[in-house]
Amino acid sequence: MRLCIGGIVEPGTTLANKTGGWRSFKPEYHYERCTKCGLCELLCPESCVARGDEGYYEIDYDYCKGCGICAHECPTGTIEMVLEVK
Amino acid sequence: MNQRSPKTQPLFAPGHRGCAGCCNAMAVKFILRAIGSDCIVATPTGCTEVFSTPYPESAWNVPWIHSLFDNIAAVSSGIESALKALGREGETKVVTIAGDGATVDIGLQALSGAFERGHNITYICIDNEAYMNTGVQRSSGTPYAASTTTSPPGKRSIGNPLGKKNVPEIMVAHGSPYVATTSVAYPKDVMRKVKKAVETRGPTYVHIQAPCTTGWGFDTHLTVEIGKLAVKTGLWPLLEITNGEITGVHRIRKKLPVEEYLRRQRRYRHLFTTPEGEEVIRELQEIADRNAEHYELEL
Repeated sequence: MRLCIGGIVEPGTTLANKTGGWRSFKPEYHYERCTKCGLCELLCPESCVARGDEGYYEIDYDYCKGCGICAHECPTGTIEMVLEVK
Repeated sequence: MNQRSPKTQPLFAPGHRGCAGCCNAMAVKFILRAIGSDCIVATPTGCTEVFSTPYPESAWNVPWIHSLFDNIAAVSSGIESALKALGREGETKVVTIAGDGATVDIGLQALSGAFERGHNITYICIDNEAYMNTGVQRSSGTPYAASTTTSPPGKRSIGNPLGKKNVPEIMVAHGSPYVATTSVAYPKDVMRKVKKAVETRGPTYVHIQAPCTTGWGFDTHLTVEIGKLAVKTGLWPLLEITNGEITGVHRIRKKLPVEEYLRRQRRYRHLFTTPEGEEVIRELQEIADRNAEHYELEL
């Protein structure tokens, strides 16, 4: 690898590193209970939850590390942690 | 799968190497959400720097510079002075995001100097209460009786023998116009205080408590819950101090006993298995009670 002067790095390049492989439990939505409050999106340490077209939130499983904060903090129990099967 | 255009990409990109349930990643996300893209961020060595920029990658979508533990406040002062010299004062916000090691131990003299000179910067300390990135060594931000690898409990030790250094009060003593303490468990509180800090002219300081899943020893999904317990037991009061006067206190509806907070963490486990532990828990309860009385935390 060639080091550049000053060790300059390009912005947002960690996107190349798919951290989804770290996961042992996977969050899954049951949208019938969802109130679209957005707490999961706010709290996600990975910033991998985003608002979809109909206002429901979706997880980018390429990056989700499966910490489970979204499922634990969800006020309506919309998100369930299930064992990751690969 | 969500497909996000580059415009809606978060300012702190996914793919960084923070642990699952990382409190620092949450704190950085809230900080950048409050400030927006118009800022220059300086970060010293520490967890935040190590996990966000594994060379040649970077998670930051804002201008960002890394420097040493001991001079990060001087680096931000330099950025602010350079903007001033170029006649571009106030064009952008200069923000330091540091860990507790860089703030309360190694970088304190540079921080003190920057605040003494009165640079228009915001210094944010993400306090996970030990040197987590090198393997949980004690810092002067580590609270009383917590177990770390350099303050292990045993026959002659109850964990960290010293208390937590009160850096927010030190910054108030420097004449800072705005000092606040907050916690990652209260994202709206973090965002409001950070926004206020960057909008206030002069050197401002925000201290964010961040429960570290690896160092404190709790399950990854409990980051927010543990943070809330620290506040609800009175061990971590959320304050706002404007021009030396306490102007905002987060009141607690029902103060919980400190055991509720201590029992959930591996770093306090020795308090519940040794006979001396009971006495230490009583002392910690006294600290919480003193906080509650001094800051009038209870409703």
